Amino acid sequence: MRRFTLIAIPYAWLLALFLVPFLIVFKISLSDLAMAIPPYTPNLDLSTGWAGFKDFLSQLDFENFIWLTQDDLYWKAYLSSAKIAAISTILTIIVGFPIAYGMARAPEEWRATLLMLVILPFWTSFLIRVYSWMGILSQEGYLNQFLMSIGVISEPLIILNTNIAVYIGIVYTYLPFMILPIYAALEKLDESLLEAAEDLGCSRMSAFWLITVPLSKQGVIAGSFLVFIPTLGEFVIPSLLGGSKTLMIGKVLWEEFFSNRDWPVASAVAVVLLLILIIPIILFQRNEQKQREAEG
Amino acid sequence: MALDVFAPWDNPDAKPLIQFKNVTKRFGDFTAIDDLTVDIFESEFFALLGPSGCGKTTMMRMLAGFETPTEGTIRLAGEDIAPIPPNKRAVNMMFQSYALFPHLTIWDNIAFGLKRDRMPKGEIEARVDEMLRLTRMEQFAKRKPHQVSGGQRQRVALARSLAKAPKLLLLDEPLGALDKKLRQETQFELMDIQEKTGTTFVIVTHDQEEAMTVASRVAVMDHGKIVQVSTPDAIYETPNSTYVADFIGDVNLIQGKADPKGDKIYIAWAEGQPEIVGTPMSDFSHGQDVHFAIRPEKVSISADKPEGAANAIKGKVLDIAYLGNISTYHVELPGGQVIKAQTANNRRISRRSFTWEDDVWLSFTDTAGVLLER
Repeated sequence: MRRFTLIAIPYAWLLALFLVPFLIVFKISLSDLAMAIPPYTPNLDLSTGWAGFKDFLSQLDFENFIWLTQDDLYWKAYLSSAKIAAISTILTIIVGFPIAYGMARAPEEWRATLLMLVILPFWTSFLIRVYSWMGILSQEGYLNQFLMSIGVISEPLIILNTNIAVYIGIVYTYLPFMILPIYAALEKLDESLLEAAEDLGCSRMSAFWLITVPLSKQGVIAGSFLVFIPTLGEFVIPSLLGGSKTLMIGKVLWEEFFSNRDWPVASAVAVVLLLILIIPIILFQRNEQKQREAEG
Repeated sequence: MALDVFAPWDNPDAKPLIQFKNVTKRFGDFTAIDDLTVDIFESEFFALLGPSGCGKTTMMRMLAGFETPTEGTIRLAGEDIAPIPPNKRAVNMMFQSYALFPHLTIWDNIAFGLKRDRMPKGEIEARVDEMLRLTRMEQFAKRKPHQVSGGQRQRVALARSLAKAPKLLLLDEPLGALDKKLRQETQFELMDIQEKTGTTFVIVTHDQEEAMTVASRVAVMDHGKIVQVSTPDAIYETPNSTYVADFIGDVNLIQGKADPKGDKIYIAWAEGQPEIVGTPMSDFSHGQDVHFAIRPEKVSISADKPEGAANAIKGKVLDIAYLGNISTYHVELPGGQVIKAQTANNRRISRRSFTWEDDVWLSFTDTAGVLLER
């Protein structure tokens, strides 16, 4: 009985805060646009009894999902989001791996401080941090002022409102999610493994590729999922730093919902996004499980 | 009948494989190795024995190439090895933690060093199979290190370090992680493999029994210096200092003043007690401080005063440690000093002749103990 109560709490939580809202969104995605409050039909009216419920069901259809396939804006946005998420993930690996490696190789008394520095940005609002990038990257921003003052460039660089600014913003924001799992993997790495590799004829470089890289693979995979999954649906960064050409599904979703007030189509976009996200989430969990088995 | 004994260290013409010459190693202010000179010969099984922090691991790491000497030279087959990086040395090491690569199978672990040498594929396979046979790990080739037991991991580590047929194999506390029974079995396996391959082994250990069992020579270390290098029996029977006598096995140490008479020395060690007679290995002057070291098994214990014994001292049984095959009696002498005497239990325990508080006589011959200056 006690065990049941213990399991019931997280399940009730998930049911109330995930499954029920999802079902509501799913229902809206099957509805039609209407000039009303709420802006869609049909609405379930239980006062007419069973006939009313049947009538309600008969009005639901997959029209909005079919619409998503007809207008190429949507699949382009999905694809572009996936591309931006994938490139950002690779960039965070490139930036994050050396940082994690440096942290794991740092003297032990330094590691806690370094770890703290990685987590420190979380203490400030995410929005403020993204806004401050606007101040850095804009044409009159600090970056351009600095580069022009040292004479590297004569014309200000146009970075803000391009995809480059989006990549900078994403890499900056999600870097800790990449660093932490890689650091955890590298910190466990026994120094004597590298000595053993050297002893058996490896150069430092080949010991890194043959021992360090394979043994940090699990951390890199975990970090990649932690970056890729939220980036795919990212809305704030592309809308603040990106330009009109930056096409991301999170932005499309927002515009459908608030600008067009087309809740049914926005809901359909959200449902498809969720289905797309489920694939990497399942892969991520399978990876975690494999890792646990390998360690067990 | 003269046996052909393996003892190149007694042969002045023998060329040592490894020569440490006035080697000093400092880490900041700390001197890990202090002006150390020693020769190790080919096919030797050489043990570095000492408490933790005595510099034995530093010596091994210098041989492997992970540390370079601050002063002095280390030669391997006549060549100064200081400038050679670890991956270019004909030296392999078996790590204390085994350091097996967890992401590779046992087969690939053993093949790792051979692949780095770009050996042809067929030769690698033959060599790995040979190593697996040598360590009796054939049926585990496809497993990962975490899927085999500690003893098997130890054998894989040995196979991996032997695969490249090094001139010198270094073993860093190789049996430390094994339980006692397995450790004893593995010691004999190690000796067997060392004999079969003819490789020079240098083993680091803090376990004196292990060093005595496997090694052809043992170097006892203390504070970065080698205190004594000798064969296990010489180390045990003729230690050159109380440090060595105390470190190796069990020993009774009695301090006194020397009084040489002829080829014997009489030691005055306590008021009102008969002087101890011993046979010196070196000269002592009259009144010089002397430490008399005697092993517990060389002290006999009896109820009555033994006739004709060179040394006989009366005491009282304080404690008895029953170890099964032997018993150790702690006997308190009138001055308060406690002497350990060991007897083999060739009788059943119920027939033991002494018990607590019994008055007994301890006796030993005049050649049983060693006289040490320090």
